[in-house]
Amino acid sequence: MSRPNGALTESAWVRRLLIGIALAFFAVFLLLPLVVVFAEALTKGIAPYFEAMQEPDAIAALKLSLAIVAIVVPINALCGLCAAWAIAKFRFAGRSLLLALIDLPFAVSPVIAGLVYVLLLGSPGVLGPLLREWDIQIIFAVPGMVLATLFVTFPFVARELIPLMEQQGNDEEHAARLLGANGLQIFLRVTLPNIKWALMYGALLCGARALGEFGAVSVVSGHIRGQTNTLPLQVEILYNEYQFQAAFAVASMLALFALITLAVKALLERRYARELGHH
Amino acid sequence: MASVHTLRQQRRVLPGFGLAMGVTLAWLGLIVLIPLAALLAKSLGNGPAFWWKTLATPRVAAALELSFFSSLAAAAVDMVFGLIIAWVLVRYRFPGRRIVDALIDLPFALPTAVAGITLTALYAGNGWLGRYLEPLGIQIAFTRLGVFVALVFVALPFIVRTVQPVLQDLDKEYEEAAASLGATRWQCFWRVLWPALLPALLTGFTLALARAVGEYGSVIFIAGNLPMVSEIAPLLIAVKLEQYDYVGAAAIGTSMLMISFVLLLGLNLLQRWLRKGRL
Repeated sequence: MSRPNGALTESAWVRRLLIGIALAFFAVFLLLPLVVVFAEALTKGIAPYFEAMQEPDAIAALKLSLAIVAIVVPINALCGLCAAWAIAKFRFAGRSLLLALIDLPFAVSPVIAGLVYVLLLGSPGVLGPLLREWDIQIIFAVPGMVLATLFVTFPFVARELIPLMEQQGNDEEHAARLLGANGLQIFLRVTLPNIKWALMYGALLCGARALGEFGAVSVVSGHIRGQTNTLPLQVEILYNEYQFQAAFAVASMLALFALITLAVKALLERRYARELGHH
Repeated sequence: MASVHTLRQQRRVLPGFGLAMGVTLAWLGLIVLIPLAALLAKSLGNGPAFWWKTLATPRVAAALELSFFSSLAAAAVDMVFGLIIAWVLVRYRFPGRRIVDALIDLPFALPTAVAGITLTALYAGNGWLGRYLEPLGIQIAFTRLGVFVALVFVALPFIVRTVQPVLQDLDKEYEEAAASLGATRWQCFWRVLWPALLPALLTGFTLALARAVGEYGSVIFIAGNLPMVSEIAPLLIAVKLEQYDYVGAAAIGTSMLMISFVLLLGLNLLQRWLRKGRL
């Protein structure tokens, strides 16, 4: 270590000032909202807090939210894995275009993600008349909510895996091939162990977003209590009915999920930094 | 440069390209591309003149203007504070640093509806912060300022998380060289660190902007949603959908996508220009 030099570190008061600004901004914009969620949920005490979470509508919303996560995460993880295999392990024409298209949903407003499905599958949509004839309801029902959630969480797993798999290269897979392994064996014994933590990491982010998605799901949901309400939609309904304490109680459940997500994420980042390819 | 020969060889050695590619294209097509095409078809199906007529109403113009300008402002403010936070997290050691680091992603993990009602509880006239700000004549909730505050919250992690890794990887040697040549700390920052950080800052700005423009859940509660004043474009899409004005909703959707596309393209070009060292 070199001796502290005037040009290498800031003077003590600059350092203190910068830490002060960062912490103040952090406290007002991040910490305070987190405190407020739980404080507002507990304004009437513990008992009403747990009552609000045990409301049948809240339970139904929790079940639907978890069901959507259980459908969306495996689909996007599996397809993201395929995309990563194709993009990271092979070179082909249009590769960077494909990469850009996979990232596209992140640049699209969640409301537009809902809108596109209404325009495709809803009653005014291209496929609307056909679906009505077959008596299949997708928009304003659960299937539409699943589709909209698939759209907004589309890139998470793929964009976590692609840079890592590119970084790891193909040498180990080639070696396995030379030793006579078939495709499935290569994938299960060589590739998958190398990327499992990144896959978990991507799936975690995908799941968190799927659980909390509001805009996209709100557009395609029928807003039918107990049937097409997810937890975030339930928060909105309670809030608009001026049941603030109940709204914050349900919101605090979501905030708790968010904190668990952040904790697991930080744990993965610290414990498996190298396996994730993040420095 | 990899020759055609090795490319072919690579394709032959590792199996599964066809399958992975097929799944990827089907997934991308069904979830993202076909629905987006339905949006374009709906909004431009009646000709560009009709599209323009739907757009050129004062209410739509005001909503688009609010969405883009408040997003630019929020991303710019986050660029300043995000840089300071990233700097402090990488360069300094202080108690609570790890907790601050983990909670930076809170806006990303916290469902937007929860953020929305929480920010409203904070900044409403009788709220946690609002009660102190209102007597000073600063009204945040239910004004345009509320939109801005919500977007500052939402966009912050994008700046911090793109600048942080670059700052971490920055070799101290350059600073040491500058210092040994007699540069002051400020010259060192401005001439050595700033040019290295600027591309990352711009990338973060781009991501923050893309997210802020489309943001819905965290804004609609705090904005008050007064037409012509504090109504954002994504909300107007939802309003049009509720009125069964599908063409209008589609027109706003496509115009948002187009403006975003032009902005992101411009920022990408600026980035390329910077990388070539012309600025």
